[in-house]
Amino acid sequence: MGRVVLVTGVSSVFASRFARALADLGEDAGISKVVGIDTMLPPGDIGGVKFVRADIRTPVVGKVIAVEDVDTVVHLDVTMPTRGRGGGAKERNVIGTMQLLAACQRSGIVRKLVLGSSTAVYGSSSRDPAMFTESLLARDGASRGFPKNIVEVESYLRGFARRRPDIIITTLRSAQVLHPEIDTPLRHYFANPVLPSALGFDPRLQFLHLDDAFAVLTQAVAHDRPGTFNLAGDGVLLLSQCARRLGRPVVPLPAVGLLSGARGVARALGADVSADLYRLLTYGRVVDTSALRDIFGYEPVHTTEQTFEEFRAASRPGMLAGMGTRT
Amino acid sequence: MSDEGGTPPIGTRGEAGRGSPASSPSAAARSLAGRQPPRKPVVKAKAQQHPPADEAAVEPPPSGAAPRPPRGASGTRRLRSVTDADAAAAAAEAARRATGASDDIPGGIPLDDVLTAIAEAARRVMGSDWERRLATMLAALRTRLGGDYAVDEFGFDPQVVEVMAAAFEPIAEKWFRLQVRGIENIPVDGGALLVANHSGTVPVDGLMTGYAVKKHTDRNLRPLGADLVFSLPFVGQVARKMGATLACTDDAERLLRGGELAGVWPEGFKGIGKPFAERYKLQRFGRGGFVSSAMRAQVPIVPVSIVGAEEIYPLVGNVPSLARLLGLPYLPITPFFPLLGPLGLIPLPSKWIIEFGEPIRTDAYDPEAADDPMLLFNVTDQVRETIQQTLYTLLVERGNAFF
Repeated sequence: MGRVVLVTGVSSVFASRFARALADLGEDAGISKVVGIDTMLPPGDIGGVKFVRADIRTPVVGKVIAVEDVDTVVHLDVTMPTRGRGGGAKERNVIGTMQLLAACQRSGIVRKLVLGSSTAVYGSSSRDPAMFTESLLARDGASRGFPKNIVEVESYLRGFARRRPDIIITTLRSAQVLHPEIDTPLRHYFANPVLPSALGFDPRLQFLHLDDAFAVLTQAVAHDRPGTFNLAGDGVLLLSQCARRLGRPVVPLPAVGLLSGARGVARALGADVSADLYRLLTYGRVVDTSALRDIFGYEPVHTTEQTFEEFRAASRPGMLAGMGTRT
Repeated sequence: MSDEGGTPPIGTRGEAGRGSPASSPSAAARSLAGRQPPRKPVVKAKAQQHPPADEAAVEPPPSGAAPRPPRGASGTRRLRSVTDADAAAAAAEAARRATGASDDIPGGIPLDDVLTAIAEAARRVMGSDWERRLATMLAALRTRLGGDYAVDEFGFDPQVVEVMAAAFEPIAEKWFRLQVRGIENIPVDGGALLVANHSGTVPVDGLMTGYAVKKHTDRNLRPLGADLVFSLPFVGQVARKMGATLACTDDAERLLRGGELAGVWPEGFKGIGKPFAERYKLQRFGRGGFVSSAMRAQVPIVPVSIVGAEEIYPLVGNVPSLARLLGLPYLPITPFFPLLGPLGLIPLPSKWIIEFGEPIRTDAYDPEAADDPMLLFNVTDQVRETIQQTLYTLLVERGNAFF
């Protein structure tokens, strides 16, 4: 008898593709069934995944776990809103996680929980160390928006881990996936014809390749890897480098203005930058992935630069693309 | 009026209005026509451009306007002939001028000379192989514009450091007349922590230490900066590209374990913003964090004494209220700033000496010794005393600060 895996948030491209990839592994990899749950239909074909239309913010999720005999929960419904202020994001991220954890705590069969967290948990500020390890806490910039949500989600998960020490819990703090088909805030940002940025700042960014993200999640489901792990491609790219590689002009906007007045200008230019993303684009964030190599046992295949180059090759060249050379 | 038509009387100077236009033109009109030697050379030159002089009894002043038709039937015949002749002459004149201008009057510096001058200037600035070097520079620029260069996890960009080192060279060598001593105390490879005194209102001493290390050892100094540096726009961005990172134990140990040369100025703003009267007196020397980082990473501590930075911007006053408003640790007043405006930003040309002292080894202690505060304070004091004594010695050796 293989595992029965519940994947939340399958209306997103990332979660639905992961659910399908997991279902395709089949019985050989010890996975007998994959159940996808969300309020909206998954995009595209989900293959052998059983889709259940339910809201994880309601106690219905407990019934789904009981009926389907779910023993492994992969919680991927904690996502940064890609556009706008994301008013409903807190409701979905925090309340949804609370309900899901309550259902798992009551269940007698769930024995593993994998949380798809984000490096946003470290916040973003000028007082950040150059690289975050898993033991460090956010110094600043985690007091509102998505970083605050993700900090709360992880704190609920820690409480859950205290109450159910028998359940294996893997927290994967991943950098943003950069792939032409996966909806992430940075993917939307880089699709803009001009890139609004913070005047006088050149943040260091890290990206995660889709293959690496799937491989780590799959490994966390198939094997027991308790703990918290950072997940990102090696190396960093500066925002200015990214813009030059894409051939898109950067429009620096003063720090005080972007959240109010200049934001309108940015929107008129065809770009929308949420407050969370703006903070990231001011100070940047880099994480240390040595725990992933040494303890988890996974070596990221794609570096940040390779991930970005793949993304660039798939996207339309910008208006300044002819100015520089690449070897 | 007996002399009308003849030589104008003395004192009239041939002014117009002394004849009747129909029969006898005024003296002014006659002189314009060229019958008499004109008095002004300007008038002569212009009159010579009109060869039919005898037909021009009623020729208008040479203002370039069309000839005014005179009264009477005979006027029309004259007018026609004058116009034709004028047109032909003007055309010939124009043609002669056009060809003559390109023949004997140079129309600017010839293109060949310009190119030669540029090539000569390039040869002087960049040496004999300037063409290859220029091509390399342009290729490098295009690569930069293409975003195809590498930075490390700290945001350190080696190409920026190369450019900055070249830019600082004249300032360090000619303006500050920088002397560097004890360069052999910097390890050739492996990590080391450089600990220096801090002064000068603006952290120029950090830049100069980095320049000295780069020039004499070809290693990159990785400065550890206060968080204020990284919260300021532009400053933080450039600091990161030059290899700086936040002065915290995580970053310091990461750099030192990676075998880098890290630089730390433990006095911080207390040292850099102290009044000129307290120059070369070391302030509180951190909280021992730099010693614990070096001990955990098991790298030597190199004490660095910098003389000369105190005099570049003598801080004689401070505006604490305005500094608080701007979120700065102090707002300096120097003898020339803000009095002279931007001119006051030019550092005074003091003589600089940077001495790298004998390394203090930390590998004799266990890494666990970093948890012993008393040991940390003792080593901190040892480093502080070493730097203070060296400063006094160097000050005596330097003599006058400026000459």
